[in-house]
Amino acid sequence: MYQPVNTQAANLVNYLLHLGDNALILSQRNSEWCGHGPVLEQDIAITNISLDLIGQARSFYQYAASLEGGDATEDSLAYLRGERTYLNCLMNELPNGDWGQTIMRQFFFSVYQQLLYNALLQSRDETVAAIAEKSLKEVTYHVRWSSEWVIRLGDGTDESHARMEKALNMLWSYTGEFFMPAGYETAAVAEGIGADVAALQQRWMEQVAAVLQEATLPVPVAGKTWMQSGGKEGKHSEHLGFLLAEMQYLQRAYPGATW
Amino acid sequence: MSVQELEKIFQGKVDQEIKIEPKDWMPDAYRKTLVRQISQHAHSEIVGMLPEGNWISRAPSLKRKAILLAKVQDEAGHGLYLYSAVETLGTPRNQTIEDLHSGKAKYSSIFNYPTLTWADIGAIGWLVDGAAILNQVMLCRTSYGPYARAMVRICKEESFHQRQGFEILLVLSKGTPEQKAMCQDAINRWWWPSLMMFGPKDGESTHSDQSMTWKIKRKSNDELRQQFVDMIVEQAKILNVTLPDPALQWNAAKGHYDFGEIDWVEFWNVVKGNGPCNKERLEARRKAWDEGAWVRDAAAAFAEKRAARQAQQVA
Amino acid sequence: MNIRLTKYYYGDIPEENTGGGAGTVTVKDVAGWPLWEVFIRSKQGLDHKHVGSLQAADAQMAIENARDVYTRRSEGISIWVVESKHIHASNPDDAGAFYEPANDKVYRHPTFYDLPEELKHM
Repeated sequence: MYQPVNTQAANLVNYLLHLGDNALILSQRNSEWCGHGPVLEQDIAITNISLDLIGQARSFYQYAASLEGGDATEDSLAYLRGERTYLNCLMNELPNGDWGQTIMRQFFFSVYQQLLYNALLQSRDETVAAIAEKSLKEVTYHVRWSSEWVIRLGDGTDESHARMEKALNMLWSYTGEFFMPAGYETAAVAEGIGADVAALQQRWMEQVAAVLQEATLPVPVAGKTWMQSGGKEGKHSEHLGFLLAEMQYLQRAYPGATW
Repeated sequence: MSVQELEKIFQGKVDQEIKIEPKDWMPDAYRKTLVRQISQHAHSEIVGMLPEGNWISRAPSLKRKAILLAKVQDEAGHGLYLYSAVETLGTPRNQTIEDLHSGKAKYSSIFNYPTLTWADIGAIGWLVDGAAILNQVMLCRTSYGPYARAMVRICKEESFHQRQGFEILLVLSKGTPEQKAMCQDAINRWWWPSLMMFGPKDGESTHSDQSMTWKIKRKSNDELRQQFVDMIVEQAKILNVTLPDPALQWNAAKGHYDFGEIDWVEFWNVVKGNGPCNKERLEARRKAWDEGAWVRDAAAAFAEKRAARQAQQVA
Repeated sequence: MNIRLTKYYYGDIPEENTGGGAGTVTVKDVAGWPLWEVFIRSKQGLDHKHVGSLQAADAQMAIENARDVYTRRSEGISIWVVESKHIHASNPDDAGAFYEPANDKVYRHPTFYDLPEELKHM
């Protein structure tokens, strides 16, 4: 099992794991909709997003595994790490809730991811820049799709408006974590590899506010809400353990088997 | 023109392999048969997402997870193409879906069996999709244009489904003793239900089938079943597994494999709703539909508002 | 042909057999979202071709749905959607009057003309 060590190389690996974990955990959550969506077209759409995200996760894990060497693979990184070494943001591991909550989360995260990948295009690490470039196209569509749905549901019926407002209130306190750098992020910035997440917050806020306004939803005032954090440092909600137990079940039950 | 004359023209087209298109005159019974058959096919795709979807969250590697997601998503697409084909016959999709939820419309019984282990995902791909493909390839030449075109698209997309299933089993068959046992167990459970997918034996009823004359269907149950058995027996050798039928034997005189009798009591019970998962499957579909109602309503309401605003801007 | 082709697979389970049990059903949105026809250009330089249909609440959603449903395997680079009710079609009953008169105008086709072998590439 991978144990993070506090060295410079481990910082980059942790940075990659963080990027991969964000994508994988949200992909895992979104994939729960497959076969259960509100209408076939959207069942297909959310699954496309899930597939894009799992692809991004694999790219980051493959690179991390190559840096780590030894027996590490994308699958050992995804399936053999425990709750305390997963480095995703808390928001991504939360249960889906209703379709509105799923959409709102996708919107918050995609806008963040778009800004992040845009910044990573400048990474001194060519592999990171290349993954960011490829993923950016996908994420640009996710932003478009989820923004439209936030607007549609926010400005739809009274019921949909109420549900979206509830989702907004529920998720808002998890948005701050995007912009609080973990140690490996700060280190990655210092080396010219990573993106300065704190610097993305202003633009994120503007973009999100514009969509919320069009959706006739209230725009939360910056700095007023207590923000949850910890996921990026491996301190998660109670939900992640169950998610991993399910996801990792076969790899854990049959150690060493090939699938 | 009299109905008899129209019917003659219609049958003439069918006989000449000219596809029937939505606006062409067609006998009511032809339309009705198509609506029933295509909608059942569509429901089978959608309900069929559930047993496989059951393993998406637990797929044993990231690659397998991505493949399975893409595959189950394809089935949603196939359901959509088929609902659209039904729509060309004048029945809106939501009506067709309501008929599924009310229990009026049917879907393939195979999806009322549970997926107990990861090997079931392989077995479904290999056996269930294998059986489905034989049926679907035949349907690419069906007489109704929109159905045939949907099937061509579906067959193109399905081509990877059986392969991925076989590959899952192939890896298991070369794996640990536990994996080998898992593989054999899944095949034991899915073999007979797969044979049942082709329906009752040809000789069991004396009523001739209009669908054959109309070229909606083009091969008999037993023809397709035999084709399936012959194909699978050969492939099973590569997997080094046994098929759970002691009567399975090469018949040199016929040039085909003989096989044992299907348990028709089980078959009829699953059709009638007593399968292990009938209730859960329908319940899952109803739940998704009911819980999605507010989303569909909201999108419709928003579209109206947007259109009204745009009209105002123009004015 | 005295054979029974009733397939209990995709398609022909008779209505008399009940399965799954009846349930409560929301009937309020039977009308659903409008139906749209989707046309896709598979490559630069080619025509948009009809590929199928789908449901969407508005045009923007229809384009996105078409992208998600009909271009999952890189089938297209450009999408047109049109609400199905706006499509006007010729009547199949007019087929004779519409299309048969063209059948005897063989002189419209290049193969009609008998030209010497020496004349290449015309």
